[in-house]
Amino acid sequence: MDTEMDQIYQIDVGNLLAFNPNHRFSSAPSSREELVKECVTEGTKLVQAIADTLFNFPSTESVDGPLVQLPPPTTKLPREKHLPRPKPPTKWEEFALKKGIQKRKKDKIVYDETTDKFKRRHGYDRVKDDNDIPIIEAKASDEPGEDPFAKRLDDKKKRVDKQQQNRLQNLKSAAKAGALPSHVQLAASALPITGTKAQPKKLGKEELGDVAGLAATSTASGGKFDKKLPGEKPTKKQGKHHRYLPVVPRYGWVDEEKEQTNKVLGKLLSKHSHEILNVGKAINMYNDKKEKKKSGRSDKLKPKKDITKKKPYANKAK
Amino acid sequence: MGQVAGKSSVMMEIRTPKTHKAKRVLEKRAPKLVENGKKTLILHGTKTSATVSSVLMELYRLKKGGAIKYSRRNENIRPFESGGETSLEFFSLKTDCSIFVYGSHSKKRPDNLVLGRMYDHHVYDLIEVGIENFKSLLSFSYDKKIAPHEGSKPFICFTGEGFENVQELKQLKEVLTDLFRGEVVENLNLTGLDRAYICTAVSPAKVFLTHCAIKLKKSGTIVPRIELVEVGPSMDLVIRRNRFPNEGLRKEAMKSSKDKPKKKVKNVDQDDVLGKLGRVYIPEQEVGKIPLPDKSKGVKRERREGKVKKNKEEGSASKKLKESE
Repeated sequence: MDTEMDQIYQIDVGNLLAFNPNHRFSSAPSSREELVKECVTEGTKLVQAIADTLFNFPSTESVDGPLVQLPPPTTKLPREKHLPRPKPPTKWEEFALKKGIQKRKKDKIVYDETTDKFKRRHGYDRVKDDNDIPIIEAKASDEPGEDPFAKRLDDKKKRVDKQQQNRLQNLKSAAKAGALPSHVQLAASALPITGTKAQPKKLGKEELGDVAGLAATSTASGGKFDKKLPGEKPTKKQGKHHRYLPVVPRYGWVDEEKEQTNKVLGKLLSKHSHEILNVGKAINMYNDKKEKKKSGRSDKLKPKKDITKKKPYANKAK
Repeated sequence: MGQVAGKSSVMMEIRTPKTHKAKRVLEKRAPKLVENGKKTLILHGTKTSATVSSVLMELYRLKKGGAIKYSRRNENIRPFESGGETSLEFFSLKTDCSIFVYGSHSKKRPDNLVLGRMYDHHVYDLIEVGIENFKSLLSFSYDKKIAPHEGSKPFICFTGEGFENVQELKQLKEVLTDLFRGEVVENLNLTGLDRAYICTAVSPAKVFLTHCAIKLKKSGTIVPRIELVEVGPSMDLVIRRNRFPNEGLRKEAMKSSKDKPKKKVKNVDQDDVLGKLGRVYIPEQEVGKIPLPDKSKGVKRERREGKVKKNKEEGSASKKLKESE
């Protein structure tokens, strides 16, 4: 916060911000234009004050123009996200701390005694590759029918799986402390398919809503007065949407029931009542109904008769 | 990614990004000691008037690099109601925006603008203002040469005792600073200063906001004389409702870590005897690929020097001739 000679402005150079708390407007600004003008002049004074300090900073020349180093901003503004939380130590780290084990850096190139050469530790043509071992010496503790090469691979697989499990446990404890590394996400996956158990199907948004609605109707008041969670939509009305006409018409309003019956009567007794009926359509509907009754079941379920198939003794009777 | 059957009945999966780009995006969005500039989310509600939609559009233009504008109507967002913020928080999470500007229009609240901030993607504070006497940036005529560039760092000026005495105006001042500030930079190019936002507290409930371009005029000293020309939108903001941040949340959000992130300096060692040591890596010298010197006749040093000498002699010789003549 800087103080100026004439008026005390509060200047924050880091944010290019200036605040003049002492200006009082003349009681009634005559017009809007006068007001705007006054505001802009006051603004100019403030910007000038910031520029005074800014241009007096030591500047370095660059391709685009004079660069100036800004001081850090003084006005405190709230953060966007929480401060990063410290990660809890992993199980190995705790053990190493307890035992006093130091981290040692591994070299990328290692001396291979079997071939008297320097080979890389990981990757193509590496030292101690599992596929390249020619001979494994038998020990007294070995069982006769066991394949030591397969055993080596198997042991490695077990070690890798165990490490994965340890890693997961470490991440879980980090997630519990709210310090999961930013690029990792822990997701609850579906249950594994074991034998005949089918995977449970994931319910969508609408289906969940339907299920919730169903559950709500089992309450005493049919789910009408249930407390809704923030953002939950009100229940959809099931079934037909009836609009019942009032029995006694309201004062001054049209009698809707009377109107309804009058409408129907009017149509039937009018001059053009014979034109209302679509005779062709009516005949078709009647015939269809008759045929359905005859057959007993829908045409779709009947096996279709193959007319190309010849009946063997059809003509012989004749 | 690995599926591991833990001791619990629920199987957990470790999901890591498959590409470097995805990893960088996630790291950018993670909570850090020194944060990125806040991005703004601009959206509108069920009904907007012409004023509100032009205000939102112009605000988006002013904040082009750090703002996201949604064009669809959002009927279920009601910032001041307890359940109406869930959509906002979801959008904030998806777009990584910590400030939002929500515009709407209704009979009860005409030309309404809600400015809000988020902390950890939950609503931190809100302030609702009404827009009056809006003048669009298209209605101002000025010399196009002084038009401010997109994304330049603005000056922000507040005038009026209201900003210090009235709580709501204090909050508005903070929100406007956050909104217009942009990125916090260490090095600033002095030629790139071309805009200023002027906010004046006309009365304890009304603020006049305008956007001006800066003209630098020559003065006697290194400091140029500043002239402001109104270019951008100007409007009156009338304070309506607001919500202050929760005290506990405010304390947590204002916390800042004093230590700076240690920048790893590579290839520099400190030795007790020799002092500061550095490592220099020289690439492998491929003898077969070294560019050979240019041995063409005209370029040889002896030839060049010989030529220079000859010219000198000739020059002096010609002078002698001239003198003698």
